[in-house]
Amino acid sequence: MTATYRYLPDTKQDQEEMLAFLDISSVDELFEDIPPEIRLKGELNIPDAIPEPQLMKKMHKLASQNKNANEYPIFLGAGTYDHYIPSVVNHMISRSEFYTAYTPYQPEISQGELQAIFEFQTMVCELTGMDVANSSMYDGFTSLAEAASLAVASTRRSKVLVSKAVHPESRAILNTVAGGPGYTVEEINLAGDCTDLESLQAQIDKDTAAVIVQYPNFFGSIEDLAEIKNIADTTGALFIVSANPLSLAQLQAPGKLGADIVVGDMQPLGIPMSFGGPHCGYFAVTKKFMRKVPGRIVGQTADEQGKRGFVLTLQAREQHIRRDKASSNICSNQALNALASSICMTALGKQGIRDMAQLNIEKADYMAKRLQEKGFVVANEAPFFNEFVVDLPRPVKEVNTKLLEQGIIGGFDLGNDYGFDHQMLIAVTEQRTKEEIDQFINVLEASVNG
Amino acid sequence: MVEYNDLIFEISRSGRVGSSLPESDVNKVDLQDKFPKHLIRDIPAELPEVSELQLVRHYTALSNKNHGIDNGFYPLGSCTMKYNPKINEDVARLEGFSRIHPYQPAETAQGALQLLYELQEELAVITGMDAVTLQPSAGAQGEWTGLMMVKAYLKEKGETRTKVLVPDSAHGTNPASATVAGFQTVTIPSNENGLVDVEELKKHVDHDTAALMLTNPNTLGLFEKEIVEIAKVVHEAGGLLYYDGANANAILGKTTPGKMGFDIVHLNLHKTFTTPHGGGGPGAGPVGVKKKLIPYLPVPRIEKDEDKYVIDFNQPLSIGRVKGYYGNFGILVRAYTYIRTMGPEGLRQVSESAVLHANYLRKKLEPYFEAPYSQICKHEFVLSGSKQKKLGVRTLDMAKRLLDFGYHPPTIYFPLNVEECLMIEPTETESKETMDAFADVMIQIAKEVENNPDVVLESPHTTVIGRLDEVQAARQPILRYTKEEAVEIDKEIVKS
Repeated sequence: MTATYRYLPDTKQDQEEMLAFLDISSVDELFEDIPPEIRLKGELNIPDAIPEPQLMKKMHKLASQNKNANEYPIFLGAGTYDHYIPSVVNHMISRSEFYTAYTPYQPEISQGELQAIFEFQTMVCELTGMDVANSSMYDGFTSLAEAASLAVASTRRSKVLVSKAVHPESRAILNTVAGGPGYTVEEINLAGDCTDLESLQAQIDKDTAAVIVQYPNFFGSIEDLAEIKNIADTTGALFIVSANPLSLAQLQAPGKLGADIVVGDMQPLGIPMSFGGPHCGYFAVTKKFMRKVPGRIVGQTADEQGKRGFVLTLQAREQHIRRDKASSNICSNQALNALASSICMTALGKQGIRDMAQLNIEKADYMAKRLQEKGFVVANEAPFFNEFVVDLPRPVKEVNTKLLEQGIIGGFDLGNDYGFDHQMLIAVTEQRTKEEIDQFINVLEASVNG
Repeated sequence: MVEYNDLIFEISRSGRVGSSLPESDVNKVDLQDKFPKHLIRDIPAELPEVSELQLVRHYTALSNKNHGIDNGFYPLGSCTMKYNPKINEDVARLEGFSRIHPYQPAETAQGALQLLYELQEELAVITGMDAVTLQPSAGAQGEWTGLMMVKAYLKEKGETRTKVLVPDSAHGTNPASATVAGFQTVTIPSNENGLVDVEELKKHVDHDTAALMLTNPNTLGLFEKEIVEIAKVVHEAGGLLYYDGANANAILGKTTPGKMGFDIVHLNLHKTFTTPHGGGGPGAGPVGVKKKLIPYLPVPRIEKDEDKYVIDFNQPLSIGRVKGYYGNFGILVRAYTYIRTMGPEGLRQVSESAVLHANYLRKKLEPYFEAPYSQICKHEFVLSGSKQKKLGVRTLDMAKRLLDFGYHPPTIYFPLNVEECLMIEPTETESKETMDAFADVMIQIAKEVENNPDVVLESPHTTVIGRLDEVQAARQPILRYTKEEAVEIDKEIVKS
């Protein structure tokens, strides 16, 4: 050992004392149980260490090669959104008592984390209108797949129906996940911008474990959950809804519209886009499925003095107890992001979250109307939340290049996933100003005419 | 100091706000005009209403009831609770990383893609694998991803093998991942030295063996010396070898899973590569594979095309997607920063110090506790509380007593094949003084068990709350706050 590193505290004297205590002369003796033929000779072939000041410069440079939403107004959504994050969020999650702790296995010294999760579970239940929520999942997409697996396991049926208006990545992951236990995933066709209820009616049968839709759906449109629930009920299929939690501030809670399981991603509430992760899946169910939920759940209890406290509970569901009988293998989750989301929801508060959702509705409405005034066709027939689809006379890709030249990051190209390469999915959050929206439309007009 | 025990909902008062949103600069929209009535929310979600300072005080008070690595020693075995560097946090928060969208054009995210590409390459070197995917969000998801690849690989070869072998000391996620991937688990008993019993293994390996999952060093902290023979047995039967990287902190720069003969590896970046555990996550569980498995890696792949970095979906044999976008990017940024901080020599020193520390602490404690596998260990070791159990004090009690001294206890009751197990992992980032002080306390507790067991049995004495009734929590679950229940509890307190 020669070079010194700031994360490694051993001095030469420390090492010598420890080696002497172990009655050995070199640390190599501690690695003699590794057979010689598989030992590495020489150092790993990776770049050399960089001192902190130079490394910070290097990382700044790497970061500056990415166009970020602070400098480029962004109209991309499609599951990840540029929203206002109150400054307090980052300050509170930077309390290292939170971020340098692990899963609260020792409740007596983890009450902070446990209570924060309990509060998070409560907020998710409030928004979704469900009875029980867990402490978080990896992301909204994997959460949806876990919901499908829960439905298959608990109904003992072998098929799930998923709307094509569900996020393409959710469907892709669902297909991968279904390949494990081997259940069937069937897609339900679109009728315009929503799930085709006639197709659903034709496809649903006694072997259907669940019907899965998104709310608002991938195109921003609000599916009529009440009608879909009625169809699901005809064969006893569970009703799974993937919902944007911000939209639920103004939209009816899926729990009130008959959802059995509600999943989604908390990213719109307090979590940076961060190139797609880490975000934070949520998972909420009716009381009936309480003991089938994957992942960690926190419950309230009391100590010997009767003082209120919180613990990880219903652990008999989980992999560390049930091992190969467990229905999910999830262990670590997204606790710190769930905390960020709780703090954001607290900062926004009961009225603030409604105001924020309303701003999203109004900005998207304004932009869609302006586009229509300019002669563009908005493809959504159903009402939409903060996202909608516009038909363009030229391929989206070309238009996006023009927008980028003017310092704007354009919308999502529906070409790859749906084959509609002249349709752009545009997200307008409260972060976008009227001025930015107008500028977008000007560039759009010029680019399609030019 | 006044105790603070309120829930955020209990300090809420109607009309308070903790944030400021802009005024609308566009036309108002009346929801009734836009949405059908039954799809408009009728009852608002009961979120808290507090001022910004109240929010800050609330969460600060909660943080004060939490023990993290920055508070003190955290020798939680198999979790590698090492120091979480601060520069990593700063870097992950740079706007060029935190405020970029996963679907923005690749040419506007070249810095991010370069980082991902280089991290893939470096983790491949560190593990001795040929390619790496950064997608999986955690170790367990990495395991499942790996096993789905095993399945796809076998299918392409025209084989259907149904069994995954797992040693009895394995983490619970191993068998659970096997089940979720659609395999049956076969448990292999360890021998008296705590290692995989090769003769026993041979009895279970056959034409139906899809894979053997192994952690090396294993969960007892012991290196599987016969790994080359083990790999041969599995490979000759046509099975694959899966390396659970939970314990990779012991082998950096010393050997690689590739050299040991493994075909698939996952790493837990939140263990070996210093990304924070976050109170339970987010982590990251990249998966590396040998050449023959590359076609099955999840999509998308991050590739380099001359001097440009590209996102590649064109992988016809891929198992598909396993996670949204490109994995937990913010975590990957932290791990990349750490690898750059340490370099090759630094990483080797990490493992050398981690192993030296574990052996030092092991030898200090062995005279006082039952040591079921007294031999050189790697980055962690296990002790048994069986001696103390005979005196009426269980490992759980000793763990609780440790809380009184400001330590997070070791992992307890795992692995399952050791009675009253204590699994201790000091990590390389702790100083000798810290380990000495911890050893002194452990020894004191061992003496208390003999001389004054009540002080241990009644512990903890200094925490904000005593031992909690977990049975009650599971029997009558209260999983969320409701005003009604809070009122009920108030009534009970008044009654008592």
